Amino acid sequence: MDMGWMAWTAPTAIFFVCIALMLAGMTVWEVLSPTVEAKGFLPMRTTRGDRLFIGLLGSAFIHLGWLAATDVSLWGASAVSLLWVAFVIRFG
Amino acid sequence: MDKVQDNRAWFLIIPVFLIVAFSAVIPLMTVVNYSVQEIFGPGQTFFVGTEWFEAVLTDERLHDALVRQIIYSLAVLAIEIPLGILIALGMPGGRSAKTSLTLVLLALPLLIPFNVVGTIWQIFGRGDIGLLGATFRAIGVDYNYTNNSLDAWLTVLVMDVWHWTSLVALLCYAGLQSIPPAFYQAAKIDGASKWAVFRYIQLPKMRGVLIIAVLLRFMDSFMIYTEPFVLTGGGPGNSTTFLSQYLTQMAVGQFDIGKAAAFSIVYFLIVLLFSFIFYTVITNSGSGEKK
Repeated sequence: MDMGWMAWTAPTAIFFVCIALMLAGMTVWEVLSPTVEAKGFLPMRTTRGDRLFIGLLGSAFIHLGWLAATDVSLWGASAVSLLWVAFVIRFG
Repeated sequence: MDKVQDNRAWFLIIPVFLIVAFSAVIPLMTVVNYSVQEIFGPGQTFFVGTEWFEAVLTDERLHDALVRQIIYSLAVLAIEIPLGILIALGMPGGRSAKTSLTLVLLALPLLIPFNVVGTIWQIFGRGDIGLLGATFRAIGVDYNYTNNSLDAWLTVLVMDVWHWTSLVALLCYAGLQSIPPAFYQAAKIDGASKWAVFRYIQLPKMRGVLIIAVLLRFMDSFMIYTEPFVLTGGGPGNSTTFLSQYLTQMAVGQFDIGKAAAFSIVYFLIVLLFSFIFYTVITNSGSGEKK
């Protein structure tokens, strides 16, 4: 099948593969150990999936903020985002 | 007895999964791919990294359109939600000719196509032939939505209120009709005031429909395009140019596909963030009372 119309690039393909792997991993984790709603530093009770969503949404804004505010390499934003996602999933 | 896990029901979600994949996920992925490339034509693409995102994030016109859009959407919610609730509270209940007539009258604005609504208000607001414009002129009010930014802004806002408050009212009415009469009887026995009935019975019972109403009205007003495009064309100046109109100018007018794709992603993330915040606040607003 010709996927040329989607104008794929290597970085975006890697990005989507990572997202797909993350969702697959969360599904396996959920089957092995079903999530329980918990209350952490976030103002509401959340499931593991909620916290991943908040983590990813936050990461998107961290990247945008980084781009708007600094000329430093975007890998810095990715590192901060990784910490943010881990923090939200563990303590959110 | 142990329950038998039957996973065959998962097959039932395949149609929804396919529809969402083809109508939303795959187009969104394509937009992400476009956002990191300079597109000259089919097969003529060049990787530019985050260049378009940097251009979008430093675009003054986009910042202005975003501020305009947020103020507009908040104004729409601040007017349409309370007004819709008030109308629903005032509507006749039960099955009667009066109820049917009210429902039909309320549904009428919702049946009119968006571009027709814009045209109706374009004529309605004209000082020479429009009822609204001519009335203002007759009573000495200096109203002209074609060259006064505030007038244009207010006309677009009132047009949206006219078009969509019915939706909020109908949703709230459905919520109110689902309240069993026993609740009102108990409130009457307790001698509850009208305000107490509203605060402790009607409002909590309307929470579900209000979530839908707030989300629908927020997302719709945040993506508004057709009505202001027909009514004011985004003017005077750029005073009623909202995000979607600016995006269309970029994508279709200038054929700046890469930049428009980056803009779309930022736009999508903002809608996602606001919708998530509204959804979370509204769904959690009653949980404290249950404890």
